[in-house]
Amino acid sequence: MLENTVPLSHYLMLSATLFVIGVVGVLIRRNVIVVFMSIEIMLNAVNISLIAFDHYMNLSNGQIFSFMVMCVAAAEVSVGLAIIISIHRNKPTVNLDDFNLLKW
Amino acid sequence: MELLIFYPLAGFCVVMALGVIFNNSPVGSAISLIGMMLGLAGIFALQQAHFIAIVQIIIYAGAIMVLFMFVIMLLNLKQGENEGWASRDKNLPLSVLTGFLAVGILYKITMVLFSVDMDTPASLPDSFGTVAVIGETLFTDFVLPFEVASILLLLAMVGAVVLAKSKLD
Repeated sequence: MLENTVPLSHYLMLSATLFVIGVVGVLIRRNVIVVFMSIEIMLNAVNISLIAFDHYMNLSNGQIFSFMVMCVAAAEVSVGLAIIISIHRNKPTVNLDDFNLLKW
Repeated sequence: MELLIFYPLAGFCVVMALGVIFNNSPVGSAISLIGMMLGLAGIFALQQAHFIAIVQIIIYAGAIMVLFMFVIMLLNLKQGENEGWASRDKNLPLSVLTGFLAVGILYKITMVLFSVDMDTPASLPDSFGTVAVIGETLFTDFVLPFEVASILLLLAMVGAVVLAKSKLD
């Protein structure tokens, strides 16, 4: 019966792969919205790890943590998108390289 | 059975995540991201974390992605935003760094995972991951973080309204 279950390491590998995809997205894309979506991918990748360890060790703390991660992600998205809108109002672009107002 | 569900789901999630970062239009990226969230909800359900799976669908695939869609519509992004790709070409060091980072992280994690034996899971009770167990943990051991999270969400709501208001005149 145990032979048929997915090993923990495969869940962690999926988590690492998604996290790296998120990092690559943040580094290579210059569209603000897509960079934001890549951050969401990274947050979700961490959730996979938390749930996988939870399932592996028979705890429920990891599920609470991933619940909190979702709360923080919701707060971050709402404030971040509001910031994007207010920047876009002053400077009609979504290219991150054009947002250099606060840069030296 | 679990294997038969996990590997297609995991592949689907990875393909969708790649679709997010390699899509030309932001709307396509958002659709791919919704697909990835739904796939991840399936993976959570596979690990008996049913409550988290449902919350994932409601909050991420529902609320957060609707917010993304609203902002994409609001900003009225043009299709010809390909300069977002081109502007990175002049920045070769950063691209090389990206490649090194991606390969390095994956290599290191794979090495660690293969060197440790982690394939003997604990036996799970039937109540694992149900709303009752999660709720009991949330309202006994984690009451303070729960309340702080509610304040955080309230502040985020007020902050979003203040930031997105047109003018303060």
